[in-house]
Amino acid sequence: MGLERVFERDDPAFIPYLTAGDPDYEASQTYIEALERGGADLIELGLPFSEPIAEGKTIQDAIVRSLEAGMTVGRYFEFVEELDVDVPVVCMTYYNLVFQYGDSEEGPRPFVEKAAEVGIEGLVVVDLPAEEAGPLRAACDEFGLDLVFIVAPTTTGDRLDSMKTQVSGYVYVQARLGVTGARDDVDDATEESLARLSDWDVPKAVGFGIKTGDHAERIVSAGADGIIVGSALIDIVAEGHENGDDTETVADRLEAKARELKEGARRGAQNRPQPERT
Amino acid sequence: MSTDDAHDPKFGEYGGQYVPEALMPAIEELADAYERYVLENEDGFMDEFRERLADFGGRPTPLQYAEQLSARYDTDVYLKREDLLHGGAHKLNNALGQVLLAKYMGKERIIAETGAGQHGTATAMAAAHLDMPCEIYMGETDIARQRPNVFRMRINGADVNPVTVGRGTLKEAISETMRDWATTVENTHYVIGSIVGPHPFPKMVRDFQAVISEEAREQTIEKTGGLPDAVLACAGGGSNTMGTFAEFVDDPDVALYAVEAGGSSLSVDEERGVAPNSATLSTGEEGVLHGARTKLLQDSDGQIMESHSVSAGLDYAGVGPELAHLVDEGRVTPVNVDDDHALEAFHRLSQDEGIIPALETAHAFGYLEEHHDDLGESVVVNVSGRGDKDLETVIEETSKRDLDIAPDMSVFDTGGMMNPDSGHTDGDH
Repeated sequence: MGLERVFERDDPAFIPYLTAGDPDYEASQTYIEALERGGADLIELGLPFSEPIAEGKTIQDAIVRSLEAGMTVGRYFEFVEELDVDVPVVCMTYYNLVFQYGDSEEGPRPFVEKAAEVGIEGLVVVDLPAEEAGPLRAACDEFGLDLVFIVAPTTTGDRLDSMKTQVSGYVYVQARLGVTGARDDVDDATEESLARLSDWDVPKAVGFGIKTGDHAERIVSAGADGIIVGSALIDIVAEGHENGDDTETVADRLEAKARELKEGARRGAQNRPQPERT
Repeated sequence: MSTDDAHDPKFGEYGGQYVPEALMPAIEELADAYERYVLENEDGFMDEFRERLADFGGRPTPLQYAEQLSARYDTDVYLKREDLLHGGAHKLNNALGQVLLAKYMGKERIIAETGAGQHGTATAMAAAHLDMPCEIYMGETDIARQRPNVFRMRINGADVNPVTVGRGTLKEAISETMRDWATTVENTHYVIGSIVGPHPFPKMVRDFQAVISEEAREQTIEKTGGLPDAVLACAGGGSNTMGTFAEFVDDPDVALYAVEAGGSSLSVDEERGVAPNSATLSTGEEGVLHGARTKLLQDSDGQIMESHSVSAGLDYAGVGPELAHLVDEGRVTPVNVDDDHALEAFHRLSQDEGIIPALETAHAFGYLEEHHDDLGESVVVNVSGRGDKDLETVIEETSKRDLDIAPDMSVFDTGGMMNPDSGHTDGDH
């Protein structure tokens, strides 16, 4: 049953994010495969958009590198088809790319149809709130994709109720306000956010600012079913790129970082609260 | 004030609220404040706004009969003098409205983006006037070509944050300001500078700017006994355009022309992702950017193109959703004027009428020069801003061209700025 299968209660999901094609097509494929070896349970794969208003500098830079290296929507779908990984892939992007694909008269449907064809199992569209998501939700239902929504610390009341009815696969819990980017500590807002979602029956994956195994441990022990990590991994890609390190070396570092994060999440699961906790 | 449904976030298919989730509660809070304070005048908000616009801003601005241009074109030309508003551009109407609204909402900090610097300047002035801390995001390219406005913002106490991403122009500055807002949304108000962005910004900004057409309509009737045949306004994001058109939209006999920047060409370099123009209404395709569904300059994938105009204030790849809708409905006619004709018009208005216009405004006069025969017997042109801020650009761009109308500055030449034969054509001084 869709992406929910990824979230086993005793084995919290580790969900890495990378921008497809950063810093180039081939290296990016190798990096994603390394993350799977390091314990990734699901990959959030960024389709780069030229105006990424929700991203901090780390992911912005990754998007620029990828676009400059020639990433397009067509190449992205080829990229997913060629990926040698067994875990599910979720496409993370902005609505204009989804909206423009194929015949614009059909809205988001052609994009979703193509995504399903290449094996993408879910979508996160960061600038598409539940209020505007009707046509995309319908297309995802038609082609069997999950539609993941982001819950922010500022999301409350009616908005939570509306998202609860539309979300599937998992819910992306934004750990703190602001844009993406690795941080040195974990915000208390995470626990409050998880408490607000305690009666949702989809898995809760927490992202924004997770950088180390210790962060992962704390987030999972606070009740998360999974952790999403992007900027801390892209920092490794960016540093390797700037230093001219070879692809295998960078891939090894990514695999080691993935292992650290996955193990941290597993430690967190050992002292995780019981499901009835509110 | 407009009569459309303030609760409706859309203009036909356009508009809406396409923003990251963290911002949704803030724009809902803003929509609520817009309805209460702006539309229903709660706590006398609109009374205070109008009073401050008069006393601090200098409203009403005149509607001036342009004698030389009228004789030249054998058409009655009236100038709505927004360049005489405090700060030198129409931008203060909106900036003052939003900063005051932020104050009513209990916000503690103001942020804004700016392209040409006019909106940043107006926001900095309004924030100083209302004693609010203010930070402005501005692309580094625009900082380089609009230095006087950077100084004006700083002098008024605002911090100016350079944006180095991408080409360093308005669209990058908007994205950067949205990032700040996503982090600080609980105590900060983002003063969007045009009729763009998520609902309620397009409607709210239009309503703050509608004072232009409200006055222009009354003043035309007062001076001529009737309505004009045509109204012209330059269009970048579209705030002065919609402000100038708003009260004429329901007058079907008044033709409305939105004059866009044709740049150096209307063709597009898909390979490089560059549109050498900012003619979004004329050439753009429907898409979603910066919170709204609207017309955009974009490639076939939906990546946003770099736009271009000699005028930093028009250099934006999007446009307000209401304008996009009015164009589709056939109510507004989108036209465009290229860089060369805009520069010519800049010099002509300066010489003929003694008014140095903003380069944005000059596009509207470029259209008037070429098409005055088709515009009827009386035309209102919005002088959206004054051109002091553009002088460095005008000197540099004039030096690259052989413009008969440009003044001969060679007698004063110390660096060859104006004289194409001097050998110094890079505007360096």
